Amino acid sequence: MTMLAADPVTDPAEENAAARRRSALVAGLVVCLAALGVVMLLSIGVGARNLSPATVWDALVHGRGGEAELIVRHLRVPRTAAGLLVGAALGLAGALMQALTRNPLADPGLLGVNAGAACAVVCAIAFLRITQPGAYVWFALLGAGVATVAVYLLGSGRGAASPVRLVLAGTAITAVLTGVISAVVLTNSIAFNGFRSWTVGSLQNVTASVVVQVVPFLAVGIVCALASGSALNAMALGDQLATALGARMARIRFLGIVTTTLLCGAATAVAGPITFVGLVVPHTVRAFTGPDNRWILPYSMVVGAILVLTSDVIGRVVLWPSELEVSVVTAVIGAPVFIQIVRRRRLAQL
Amino acid sequence: MSNLSSPILQLSFLGTIRLRVVRRSLLVVTLIVLATAALFVVQLLTGTFPIAVSRVWATLTGHGTAVEEFVVYTLRLPRALTAVLAGAALGGSGAVYQSVTRNPLGSPDIIGFTYGASFGAVLSIVVLGSSDVAVTISALAGGLGVALLVYLLSMRGGVQGYRLILVGIGISSVLAALVSYLLLKANIIDAQEAYVWLTGSLNGSTWSDVWIGLVGLAVLGPVLVGLGPGLRLAEMGDQAALGLGVHVGRNRLCALGFGAALCAIAVVCAGPITFISLAAPQIARRLTGTPTVRVIPSMAVGALLLLGSDALAQKLFPQSQLPVGITTLALGGGYLAWLIAREGRSRIG
Amino acid sequence: MTQPPFHQPHDIAATDSTVLVGSGLHLSYESVVVAENLNVEIPRGKLTMIIGPNGCGKSTMLKALARMLKPAQGTVLLDGDDIHRSPTKAIAQRLGLLPQSPLAPEGITVADLVSRGRYPYQKLLRQWSRDDEMIVNEAMTATGVLQFSQRSVDELSGGERQRVWLAMVLAQRTPTLLLDEPTTYLDLAHQLDVLRLCERVKRTREMTVVVVIHELNLAIRHADHLIVMKSGEIQAVGAPDEVVTEELIEHTFGLPCRIVTDPESGKPMVIPRMVADDSDQPPIAEEEPRAVSPAG
Repeated sequence: MTMLAADPVTDPAEENAAARRRSALVAGLVVCLAALGVVMLLSIGVGARNLSPATVWDALVHGRGGEAELIVRHLRVPRTAAGLLVGAALGLAGALMQALTRNPLADPGLLGVNAGAACAVVCAIAFLRITQPGAYVWFALLGAGVATVAVYLLGSGRGAASPVRLVLAGTAITAVLTGVISAVVLTNSIAFNGFRSWTVGSLQNVTASVVVQVVPFLAVGIVCALASGSALNAMALGDQLATALGARMARIRFLGIVTTTLLCGAATAVAGPITFVGLVVPHTVRAFTGPDNRWILPYSMVVGAILVLTSDVIGRVVLWPSELEVSVVTAVIGAPVFIQIVRRRRLAQL
Repeated sequence: MSNLSSPILQLSFLGTIRLRVVRRSLLVVTLIVLATAALFVVQLLTGTFPIAVSRVWATLTGHGTAVEEFVVYTLRLPRALTAVLAGAALGGSGAVYQSVTRNPLGSPDIIGFTYGASFGAVLSIVVLGSSDVAVTISALAGGLGVALLVYLLSMRGGVQGYRLILVGIGISSVLAALVSYLLLKANIIDAQEAYVWLTGSLNGSTWSDVWIGLVGLAVLGPVLVGLGPGLRLAEMGDQAALGLGVHVGRNRLCALGFGAALCAIAVVCAGPITFISLAAPQIARRLTGTPTVRVIPSMAVGALLLLGSDALAQKLFPQSQLPVGITTLALGGGYLAWLIAREGRSRIG
Repeated sequence: MTQPPFHQPHDIAATDSTVLVGSGLHLSYESVVVAENLNVEIPRGKLTMIIGPNGCGKSTMLKALARMLKPAQGTVLLDGDDIHRSPTKAIAQRLGLLPQSPLAPEGITVADLVSRGRYPYQKLLRQWSRDDEMIVNEAMTATGVLQFSQRSVDELSGGERQRVWLAMVLAQRTPTLLLDEPTTYLDLAHQLDVLRLCERVKRTREMTVVVVIHELNLAIRHADHLIVMKSGEIQAVGAPDEVVTEELIEHTFGLPCRIVTDPESGKPMVIPRMVADDSDQPPIAEEEPRAVSPAG
């Protein structure tokens, strides 16, 4: 077959197509934001206590004191805010991890972050006698950071951080950490109790103060992540080509790891381990946006927030008046999607 | 081939049975079995109540005191035997799974089988009340159910190794979330009991565990050994194996099914002890120098490994009766990490 | 049976001069249809080569003939026996296949790999016999890898490794041998090596050899019998000097060419035409292959 030299004539039809695509993407983002708004309202409006929309609105906007204000302003609003931030952080971190590792299976939970955070928390409870959930945050962040770095280093080996290797490095580190956790927890009942309630990711007991503590980390993480879109696009082409294009691989990777740790660590610190959000959201987003990371990242943020908030609302409704924790709902929704992904892809691409 | 100085031994029995054995393999397996036997004896002698060799012998031949009989017959002997049998079962099923998935990290626990068994058991303890028999049956049902589910989901024009592993990891994550949830919702006593079961322990090994292990190995062990040659050929690629007349699909299904059953036996006896089925075949492979994992050496190494881990757990923390599952997790996870770090060639990636 | 458009075969004589016959084959691969109502005959005792552009279905057809792929319709007969109804080990003693990318287990020695070719003749408790040993040695000698017999296959070069795989299928001692793209990824010297080995084996052991190959001129030079495919259909069958014409090559490959006589072998040789200024030409209208077959 003859290969013909392409003539670099700009095709007006192509330019129109590109412009149309951009407007479609912007429109899509707006729609997603609108959906997010709706879900946020639902999150504020729905709960164990059946309050009418009018009451909720009243309490939200005007205060007025009393039980309604307590519930709406001091429970549901912080909870919604937490869900928003956690979902955005996890969605973003997942997209970031997948781009950094060129790996469609990256998810904080699968890569050992949860085990790291859990281990740190458990050790804090057992050895340092920390009992306030508020204080767990810092340990969770630390543990998550150490675990992420370990998994990444282990899975990178001689340069190629291949998908299966990373997931399995995550499994290995998770195993060792679980061994440590088990050892501690089986010999210390207080630690056991703290562990079993922490290990199910939930937005139930989130207080405004915890959220506020974590916001700076999230803010830094989000800004860094969003700014790295085009660098990630270059990275997707492979190390050699990316370097030829002027991207500084080591620096991007390092920043990427730091950002991911900030995002995942903060999210896990607030709500405990929530799996599958970071995995599933970027895939769904990618189906619409295509492989451009400058769009994938913001979309993942918004869709991640939608997913977590929706799961939380479902959790509140499904066993009403008692609640099903967020992480269980996301696992139950996320697993079939993950399996579909694995089944669909030609494994050569993984 | 026997003209060149060959590492292969050709043995023939009774004129009709002719076997090919790698010389080094035979040597290594013999050494490991001897080491296991030695460790076994040590386990009978030592502990919080030390018994001399002569007294152990006396007890075994029926002349021991009541205390000695209790310690040997009720505590140590069943425990050591269970360790050996469950370890061998785990090693064997691990070898078979790693062969089918063509991947040193494709073992039943990674594939989600053990989480299935865990889920079944925890469900039984926390929700249904916890008679031993009920827990055992639920564990078995859960494990085999998940194995089947993973197999079905990863079938897409034949089962591919990576796909099996990844689907398994996916399902394990869901089950792990559900197990955590159940642990949270249960009352603390049930939760602790469930958690202990989850960690895998040889503490309460009884003679019924020993019988289950023995029967299981005696029946399933030979089946797995028999599947060995076909599986080894399949590692050259499905087409090459088909071209040589191997029933690739059928072998694979049998291997996964019987392997899961053997793993289930181990879980019933000793709880979901992780990583023996992962590590034993790889250790065995490196020691015997064979290019592929093989069932018998893996069983031998598995037995030694579990017995050794139990000995270690008992010696390190004599007071707290730490479950052996913790040592295997820590050792196994460490070994796995080392394995991944070492793997230059992409067998994994 | 519809006659291929470019070359009427001589009447394929009585059935005992064909080894493998595929009739009315409907082949699909991952739900994409590769061929419909395909009829193919492989003549006995000859070196047959199957050529065609990417995606024409040649590897798929070979796999169907080797029982790797079950056709949705149609039958494949080996010496008159339906290969899907006979026990697979029995077929393995009569038909050998070297697939496109076989995997050598890590660390396996040459001798070990070649000896796996004896599997169709072994049972669980009768794993070895002196005959087996002799046959394996002979296969290694025939392919020139005997001196590597204790070395690890991973250490060998691409050409040497291919010879080891050939030794394995030769150890299988089958009267018919199918090879799926055995020369891809090899340099020219090694490609010739493999093809000369095929010729020698066909001659000295009276085997039937079928090779799927990309290199057009090599195929013409070495084949006794050529099968040209395009889009799942056979365009021509027969001896290379009778079949290869400029029209055939242009129609099948989209390649305007000249045919000259190869001064070494006396057979036709295809020389693609030079086109003066590419940008004036419209792109070659790629006739959409009816399906995208991943393996050509």
